[in-house]
Amino acid sequence: METVKLYGAWPSPYSCRVIWALKLKGIPFEYIEEDLYNKSPQLLQYNPVYNKIPVLVHGGRPICESMVILEYLDEKWPQQPLLPTDPYERAEARFWVKFAEDKGLSIRMIYRTEGEKQEKARRDALEMLTILEEHGLNGKKKFFGGDNINIVDIAFGWIAHWMGVIEEITGVKLVEGNKFPLLKAWMHNFKEVSLINENLPNREKMVAFFRTRRSLILSAAWHPDFGFISRR
Amino acid sequence: MVEENRVTLRGMWSSMYSKRVELALRVKGIEYEYMEEDLMNKSMLLLRYNPVHKKVPVLVHNGKPVAESLVILEYIDETWKHNPRLLPEDPYERAKVGFWANFLHLQVFEALAVVFTSEGEVQERAIEQEEVFGVKFIDRDKYPIISSWVMSLTELPLVKEVIPPREKLAGIFRFIRDKALKSSAV
Repeated sequence: METVKLYGAWPSPYSCRVIWALKLKGIPFEYIEEDLYNKSPQLLQYNPVYNKIPVLVHGGRPICESMVILEYLDEKWPQQPLLPTDPYERAEARFWVKFAEDKGLSIRMIYRTEGEKQEKARRDALEMLTILEEHGLNGKKKFFGGDNINIVDIAFGWIAHWMGVIEEITGVKLVEGNKFPLLKAWMHNFKEVSLINENLPNREKMVAFFRTRRSLILSAAWHPDFGFISRR
Repeated sequence: MVEENRVTLRGMWSSMYSKRVELALRVKGIEYEYMEEDLMNKSMLLLRYNPVHKKVPVLVHNGKPVAESLVILEYIDETWKHNPRLLPEDPYERAKVGFWANFLHLQVFEALAVVFTSEGEVQERAIEQEEVFGVKFIDRDKYPIISSWVMSLTELPLVKEVIPPREKLAGIFRFIRDKALKSSAV
C-alpha cells in the first residue's frame, strides 16, 4: 500500500478537516507538522502555487486544497463515505461545501481587520449564519449527513471550534443569546462526536496563537499569504 | 419532453457561469429547455429554486434544482455518464482539475471582478494581485501557452455557438461597471 503523508499545522481548521477524514476512514498516515512562520522546503516543493498546508502526499503525489483532498480520499477509500451516492444529494452536499468555503471568508475577515472593514465583515458573517440556520439546518436531522457526520459537517467544522476563538479575540459576538438555536445544537452535536472531540486543537493554545497572529496581521508585519513583510 | 427526464436551465445570456453549463449540456448532447432570467426582475421560480443565492445558473432536472455552476457540471457528469466525460476518471487527475478550478475561481475571476467593478487605487491593487499570480489579461507575448489555449477554445464550433456577440457583451458589461462605480461612490 502506498504511503500517505499529511503536511499540516495544529491550529489550522483546514488541516483538521483532513485529519478527521483520514481517521474517520481509518487510513494510516504520517503527520508532518509545519511551522507556519518557517515553512519547510518540502512544502514549497509539493505546493508551489500557494505554499500552504494542508497537503496530502499519496505515493509521492501531492494533493492540495482541503476539500479537494477530501473528495480524493472519498474516491480512493470508499469506506465510511463522506459524500452520498445519489448524484442529486451529492450536488446538494457540494453546494453547502462551497457555501462553507465562500462564506467562511467573512468570519476570517472579522479576525483579519478592524474598524469599518471589520463591521462589514460582521454583517456579512451574520447574513451567512442566518442563511445556514434557515436553509441549511432547517429540517435536517442531527447532522448534514443524517445520523452521522459527512463532508458538509466537516466543511463547517471551523464554525464549531474556531469561530468561538475569533469571537473571544476580537470581541465581536456572532452567535449569542437565543439566536441561531439550530446552529448551536449542531455545533454541540458535532463536538460531541468522539472522533472530532479527540482531534480538536487546545482552545487556550489557539487563543494565544491567533491573538499573536492577529496583531502581526494588523501591524502589517506579516501576511497570511505572503509571510513576513520585509521592510521596503 | 416527458416530465421524467426534463432538463431546464435558468440562465442569463451574458453570464459566464450560465455559459459554462450550456456548454457542458451541449458537449454531452443533452436536450434541455433554456429559460432566460431577467436579473433586474428575478422570476418567482428562480427564487424558489435558489433561495440561498437567488442567482443563475440553476439546472432543474426531474423538478429538482441544482445551483452553483461547478456543482452543476459535476452533477451533469455523474448523471449522464456517457462520453465525452467532463472530468477525468482517475481520482488523482480529478484532484488536479479540482485544484485548478478553485484557483481560477479565487485568483482569476474574483480578481477580475474587482478590477472590473472598481477604479483608481482599488483597481490598481487588484491588477497587481493578478500580476502576482501571473495572469494579466492574457497578454499574448507574456503568456503564449494560455493565449494559444484560449484561441483553441474559441475556435471550437460548440464554443462559438454559445459565446454571445462581443458588442452585446461589451454593452452590458459597461452597464454593470457604471452601476458598480455609482454605488461605491458616495
